Parts: sequence; C-alpha cells; structure tokens
Amino acid sequence: MNTLAKYLRWDTVVGVLLIAVFLAGSGTTEGFADTANLSAALNDTAEIALIALPMTLLVVAGQVDLSVASMLGLSSALAGSLWEAGWSFELIVPICLLVGALGGLLNGWLVTRVGLPSLAVTIGTLTLYRGLASVVLGDKAIADFPEAYAQWATYTQTVPGTFVPYPIALFAVLAVVTAVVLHCTAFGRSLYAIGAQEDAAYFAGIRVKRLKLVLFVLAGFVASFAGIVYTLRYGSARADNGLGLELVVIASVLLGGVDFDGGKGTLGGAVAGVLLIGLLNNLLTLNDVSNEIQVIVTGLLLVASVLTPRVVTSVSERRQRRAATAAPATA
Amino acid sequence: MTDLPRLRSPAQRDCLRPRARCADRPPAAGAAPAKQPRHRRFTRKDSGVTATIESPPAAPEADGRSARSLMDLVFRARELSIGGALLVLILGTWLANPSFLDDQGIKDLLLNSSILVLLAAGQSVVVITRNIDLSVGSVVGLTAFACGSFVSGTDHSALTTVLLGIGLGVLCGLVSGLLVSFGKVPALVVTLGMLYVIQGIDHAWAHGEQINASNVPDDVLGLGSGSILGIPYLPLISAAVLAGTAYYLRTYRGGRELYAIGSNPEAARLAGIPIRRRVLAAYAFSGAVAGFAGALWLARFGTVVADAANGWELTVVSSVVVGGVAITGGVGTVWGAALGALLLTTMGSALVVLKVDSFWQQAITGVLLLAAITTDRIVNLRTTSALRKRSRR
Repeated sequence: MNTLAKYLRWDTVVGVLLIAVFLAGSGTTEGFADTANLSAALNDTAEIALIALPMTLLVVAGQVDLSVASMLGLSSALAGSLWEAGWSFELIVPICLLVGALGGLLNGWLVTRVGLPSLAVTIGTLTLYRGLASVVLGDKAIADFPEAYAQWATYTQTVPGTFVPYPIALFAVLAVVTAVVLHCTAFGRSLYAIGAQEDAAYFAGIRVKRLKLVLFVLAGFVASFAGIVYTLRYGSARADNGLGLELVVIASVLLGGVDFDGGKGTLGGAVAGVLLIGLLNNLLTLNDVSNEIQVIVTGLLLVASVLTPRVVTSVSERRQRRAATAAPATA
Repeated sequence: MTDLPRLRSPAQRDCLRPRARCADRPPAAGAAPAKQPRHRRFTRKDSGVTATIESPPAAPEADGRSARSLMDLVFRARELSIGGALLVLILGTWLANPSFLDDQGIKDLLLNSSILVLLAAGQSVVVITRNIDLSVGSVVGLTAFACGSFVSGTDHSALTTVLLGIGLGVLCGLVSGLLVSFGKVPALVVTLGMLYVIQGIDHAWAHGEQINASNVPDDVLGLGSGSILGIPYLPLISAAVLAGTAYYLRTYRGGRELYAIGSNPEAARLAGIPIRRRVLAAYAFSGAVAGFAGALWLARFGTVVADAANGWELTVVSSVVVGGVAITGGVGTVWGAALGALLLTTMGSALVVLKVDSFWQQAITGVLLLAAITTDRIVNLRTTSALRKRSRR
C-alpha cells in the first residue's frame, strides 16, 4: 500500500541523485573524476560535513543551532590571536575546543534550563560569538601556522593509497560513529522520540533536557574543531571566517531528508546531502557555471527537498483513501 | 513549548466568551466558574482575538481588576522596558557627547533606522503567525537593484519606482507564502531556499555591475533626501506603514486571526479561520514591505550593488525578537518590533559616537538579544505562576 512512499524515501533519492551527479560528471566533464579533483572537492566540504553531523542529531531532536558558523569563526580568531601571542599550537587546539564546548553549553543551558526556543537563542549567540571573534582578533588576519599541521588539512596530503584527504578521513570515521550512535543506541533512538513528541518522550522517562544539553555542547565542540580545520586549510585566521556557513550546513542536512520539525531523517541522508551540494558545486564550477547559478541551484534543491516528500505523501495518502472508499463498494 | 498547553489559545478563549458573559446563568458544561479567573488573565491586548473582556463577569471584582492590571502592566512593560532602554541609551550618549543629538545627529538616527523599522514591521506580521521570513534581506537587494536598473537614465517618477518595488516584493512574498501555506513545508526551510534563489538571481543579473547615483532620476533620489518640516520622508513613511499595520493587527478581524493562528494553529483551524489565506497574506505583506524597503534603499543611497542588505534577515529577526514578538508566534506588537529595530540601530550609532571599539558592537548586540529573550521568559514564568496562585485563592 505504501510502496511509493517506502521506496521513494527522500534520503534514498538524494543518494541516487548523488550517484547520478557523479556519473554524469565523470561522463561529461573532463577532470571531474580525477583523484586530485575529487580530493579537492571533498576537502572543500570538510567543515560543512563535520558540523553537519551534530546538526543532524539536533534537527532530529527538533532543535537547531544557528550559531555554529560563528563558533567556527570564534575558534579561528582565538587560534589566530593565541598563535600570534606565541602559544604552542598543541595548547591552542584544546583551548579552542574547550571554548567551543562552553559556547555549546551556553546555548544548551538557555534552551533547556531557561526554556527558550533554540532558534531564538542561537540567533542571539550567532551574533554574540561572531562579535566575540572580532573582539578577539579585530580585523587582522593571522597566517604562518606550523607547516606540519597546515599540511594535514590540505587536499594534496591524502591518506596513503587513497584520494581521501585527512579531514575527510576523520569525517568518515566520525560519520560512522555518529550513524551507529543515532540509529543503533538508546541515546540515538531517544532523539527521535524527543523530536517526534517531546512531552511523550519526557513521560516515557527520557531525560529530554540532559540529552538536548549534550547535543548543543557537541555542536559547539565540533564547530570549534571545524574552525581549526578551516584555519589550517586556508592558512589564515580571521574573525569573519565561515560567515554565513550555518545556512549552508542546515541546507545540506535538510536536503538529505532530515525533517526540520524533528523526529525524522537518517544520518546517511544528511551525509549524502552534504556530498551532493559539494560535488554539484564542484561540477558546476568545472563547467564554468557562475557562482550565482550555483547558489540558485542550492536554493531550488532545498525547496525541492522539503516539497517533494510532502507531495509524494499526500499523493499516496489520497490514493489510499480512494482505495479505501472504493473497496466497500466493490465488495 | 511544554507550558504552552496551559495557556488557553485565543480562539478557544473566544469560544468561551459568551459563556463567561452570562455568569449568572448555570454553566453549560461546568466549565465557566472554574475557568473564569483563568481567562481573565488574558486581558492583554495583543495576544489574541478580542481578548479584552468589556463586560467583566460578576466574580470577585477587586481581585480580578488587580490581576488584569498586573497583566496589562507586564505586557505593556515589554514595550515600556525597550522604550526605557532606548531612552537611557540616547540620554547617556547625549550626555557623553552632545553632538549625538544635534539636528544632523537626529536626522542620521532616523534615516539609519527607518528601513530596518519598516522591515521589522513586515517580519513581525509573519512571526506572529508562528512562521518566519528569512528571504527579506535578499528581496531588498533584488528590488533595490531592479528598481535601480529600471530607472537608470530615465525620468521615471518616485511613485512608479516604489510601485515596481512593491510589486516585485509581493511576487517574492507570494512564492514563499504559497510554499509555506499550501505546500505545508517548514517556513524556515522554504524562506532559506528563497533567500538563496533570490540572492542568486540578483547576483546573476547584476553580474558585478552597480547602479550609479548619477543615473538615478532626481525625483527618486528626492524621496531619500527630501523632508517635510525638517523631518526626512523615510522615517515618516516608516511611521505611516507602522501605524497602519499596528491598527490593522489590533482592530481588524484579519489581524486578530493572525494572532490566533500563531497561538494555536489547530484551534484556529477548528475555529474556522482560513489559515492558508491568512498566512499567504502575511507573507505577501512581508514581501511588499521588503520590496518597498528596496525602492527606498535605492532612493536613500542612490548607488546600489547587488548585495545590498545582504545578511539583513538575521538583523531583522533579531530586532523583532528584541522587540518582544515571540518567535513561537501569537505574541507581540509591531510597535515593539519597531522599538527593537530602533534600539539596535541606535546602539550601533551610539557606540560609534562613544568611540567604543566597533568590534564590540556585534557582541553587545548579541548579549542584548539574549538578555531580551531571557527576561521575557522569566517574567512570563513569574506572572503565570503568580496568576495561578491568585486564581486558586
């Protein structure tokens, strides 16, 4: 009965689209399927992909964090100013991660303890963290990070024997871990319960507030790590690094079929969404399609990603209803 | 979210109204006496469909009045406290640097804030219905550029330009509105998508070109620079739009229904409110206002690049939230939103005048935003529990 909706699940569709884009790209565009290009294309999505993991968990639980890109910027600015002050890089990284976790804690505290909507809170902290980033670093740009670390983040340095750059390899490992956590543990399944019906989850004995707090801390932590990756990858720490990236992350996650209302979606879908936007943009760039058109394509894909599943469900529902009304008449 | 069910939705309240009026008659379903004090606490003006009870039930009069005035105070306090903060900010800055409030200073303040105030009015209408419109920034950019290239080198009048801007804005608003209301997709996602699409169209069209002030007809530029009795046109226009919107939201059935939808969509549906049409209209209005703002942007600045008002969507949402319009819908006024917008712009100017490091500006805005929503929430919790105690007595 529900065959249409069953096989046309949006995350499957995104996966198929991803393969189609890849095949079409390697068929039509010279140099697209080259390992060097793929490494570069993948590495360009590194920060978005990393942040998309905790963001998926948040959206599944019916929350959203708009402050991630600002946290990325804050972490980058902090790393830059500490590096300029002569700190060792090995010390800077944990400090940045700590600041990220604290920022996430503030978000989570405001959402769970004060009871504010996450959208309003994180619009506020979006402004706050970006502001702190420019307080920390001003309009300076810090470069000259240690060669060994900078090399680690570039796409030219890959995991031996493959075309996968190190940040993406790390992302792959984290993605597998997150997928297992989300889909195969009580923790992950609780997130679906929270997203679907928060009160019901609470009465079922799920520690709703604690779980949400953990998710926000996780998002801040990963965002600050992404800030370090960003800084190393571009070799430059600036306060406005990653400006507006939060919308791209959310667009990717939603494109992968994670329902913004919470309770639905898979991590595989979100990862496919990230890769789809990354590969598509790379392919369009190789074909000399201007950046503006890429932006339009992203927007249309986003609208389609939410509209299509709803159209499919309403069509199949209507068909079911018609079948239900027709059945007694024939019997 | 968890405390929402406790608050009776305006539509439900409205349904209960006739029963409340005839308190001497035996209650129909045993609902009236117990519930009376409860819905008396919704005498605030801006939360729902004619929630003001003109003929209060005969129940304990003095107690009821004090409860009502407490509520009135609390909900007016929101606008009052922002107004107060604004006043303190202006006075403080003026004392520190008197040039802040000379003729030019006041004019700058008004001019700088008028476009944001306008956008905040449009946005609050959408937010009141428990939706959001993130595409406003890009609509302003698109219409500013479109109007600019339409009038460049011609002698079109200001009116034509403004009408073109509004028309284009309505078009953008209708697309978002149709997707949200009839496509039933989450507003944030749709308007985020629209943000990208409109921005992309704008940039592709502009292609790095810009509109030069020298090509824009004087009539159009006059709209941005002219004034009546020393007050520039722009703030006057904003004030007029604001007053119109506020009056509609407060007095007209359609306006009250927007609050009802935002408070509780399901109850609004059961009460027979045409939700889709109202939400669509709210988006069309927000689009129209954004388009209008685009035309005014051109008039004000003359020189327009493609990414005019880029990233403004979050500033607009911020000022609406600071102004006490709940992001969960159903609560707030356009006056509050306008005050929020004024506060944000004034703070920016004040920091410049006070020679505070401009890097601090954004951080302070963020703290202000968080403080605003946190106080709101705490005051809300306090009054709810205070009133519950009162009604138990």
